[in-house]
Amino acid sequence: MDHPVNQTDIQQAMLDQQKSDQRRKHILNLVLLALLLIAPAVIYPVFLMKILCFALFAVAFNLLLGFTGLLSFGHAAFLATGSYTTGYLLSNYSGLTTEMGIIVGTAAATVLGVLFALVAIRRQGIYFAMITLALAQLVYFMFVQAPFTGGEDGMHGVPRGHLFGFIDLENNLAMYYFVLAVFLGGYLLVQRVVGSPFGQVLKAIKQNEPRAVSLGYNVNQYKVLAFVMSAGLAGLAGSVKTVVFQLASLNDAHWHMSGEVILMTLLGGTGTLLGPVVGATFVVNLEYQLSQGPLGDWVDPILGAIFVLTVIAFRSGIVGEIQKFVRKNMG
Amino acid sequence: MSMILGVPVAVLFGQLLLGIINGAFYALLSLGLAVIFGLLKIINFAHGAMYMLGAMVTVIMFDAMGINYWVALVLAPLVVGCFGVLLEYFLLRRIAGQDHIYSLLLTFGVALMIQGILTNIFGVSGLRYSMPEIFQGGFKLDFMFLPYYRAWVIFMALLVCFGTWFMIEKTKLGSYLRAGTEDAQLMQGFGINVPLLISLTYGFGVMIAAFAGVLAAPIYSVTPVMGSNLLIVVFAVVVIGGMGSIAGAIITGLLMGVIEGFTKVFYPEFSSAVIFLVMVVVLLIRPSGLFGKEA
Repeated sequence: MDHPVNQTDIQQAMLDQQKSDQRRKHILNLVLLALLLIAPAVIYPVFLMKILCFALFAVAFNLLLGFTGLLSFGHAAFLATGSYTTGYLLSNYSGLTTEMGIIVGTAAATVLGVLFALVAIRRQGIYFAMITLALAQLVYFMFVQAPFTGGEDGMHGVPRGHLFGFIDLENNLAMYYFVLAVFLGGYLLVQRVVGSPFGQVLKAIKQNEPRAVSLGYNVNQYKVLAFVMSAGLAGLAGSVKTVVFQLASLNDAHWHMSGEVILMTLLGGTGTLLGPVVGATFVVNLEYQLSQGPLGDWVDPILGAIFVLTVIAFRSGIVGEIQKFVRKNMG
Repeated sequence: MSMILGVPVAVLFGQLLLGIINGAFYALLSLGLAVIFGLLKIINFAHGAMYMLGAMVTVIMFDAMGINYWVALVLAPLVVGCFGVLLEYFLLRRIAGQDHIYSLLLTFGVALMIQGILTNIFGVSGLRYSMPEIFQGGFKLDFMFLPYYRAWVIFMALLVCFGTWFMIEKTKLGSYLRAGTEDAQLMQGFGINVPLLISLTYGFGVMIAAFAGVLAAPIYSVTPVMGSNLLIVVFAVVVIGGMGSIAGAIITGLLMGVIEGFTKVFYPEFSSAVIFLVMVVVLLIRPSGLFGKEA
């Protein structure tokens, strides 16, 4: 709210609600942070890191879908680009510290994001989704054929290496707190972006693009910037994931992955900050639980069914529905 | 043997033929997508799954009940079409009026379900389906060998494409459809049952996909995942052509098949990517697509 002119009662009420929302969010965030800090004492750290990587991926994706209204169906391309670049660097240049590998991987995904954005931004709505999907498929084919990716086998045995040259990441706990730091950095960045005047313009574009144009905003510039940020963060998630699991594979580049991140975001709640995190936690957990039981082969149909259910029955997602409930009952 | 650009003529024409066949499938699928998009304004992400269902149903009907190819050519699209109508009635209808992104996601979920369930039942290795006796052999032309079945696929695809174009542009039912595309609410006001028309349109679009699936059953390997990768290419084709016109969808489909075929001759590693690159170029030069009306 940069220009609080003509504040009607409704706006005042909205402000009040925002304030009470924010207070609740602060408390919630602190509790969650505390839980994340002590979690590895209870839960296997590698599993937690998997959740955090996908949560970061989904948070990055949500910057586009939730806050700009752009549905990218090609985010796997950025995850995979970060993943392969970091994997290649850390495997082939042993002198490189881990964070350098991650930074370059993120940069590569960001550059790819610029290329995608410049092409895809030319169409809107479902065309945008189809174009990003097609571009990601192009990237997928490139990774299949490129000599350095290991083709169908993928890249194995990527060394975790030393963070800043002296923290041994082979230690799962050290690795965990590093991943947690990266995740929090990404999350806070998105939170900051969304709350900034820039973020307000993104929301305006989401709600009514022609209006934003008529107000004089260069809508395409904003969209490209949001897209590139989202791509970069998705690449960061991929880079870190490669370091954690010490492998990069074609799975990361497949359209299936693009679909999965959409599901995580949608299920958790688009347009909420915490939604994608909740969605990613849910989906990663579900996949793990299913793979342990007799339903291991039924992951895809079940994910499909959840997709259908979410779209039909609760489009606001888990966090969105909870927010609605809280607002209704707790003022 | 004569050569063109250092490539034997027979090879060149052989790839051209394969390109036209692939193009025929692109045309059929993008045609169905365009028909559905016209009235429902949604992108049917389950289109690849419907194509796959057409092929699977053909094989299953043959294995289980001995139903032959000719009957399947009619029956399989009808079965899948009915499934499509049910899908529209029970699921898509519930989110009509919402952002179109949701219908895309809904159909994506449906595609995941269908594909996943069939993968569990039949596995990902291809099912065998042999073509009818009558298609054994082919025409011996001067410059190439044209198998009967390939000729049949091209003929049928063109027939369906033309038939659909004729139905939409020249018949009364087609005029309803075009009117509904312009303004569904007004047409409802004229006493036309628009919800029914929407169901039937979705069913019809899906039928074309299933029909393409039946045509594909004897020549491509029939697997639960046969539709998903094809659909992404078809999306690129749709973006290239724009969804403005039925004829545009058909022409673009065939054209892209041929371009892909020629790429296979001259630079095979590149052939799976070429359509996507054409898409990028078209978007940079003419964002609304070759036949698209507006941005």
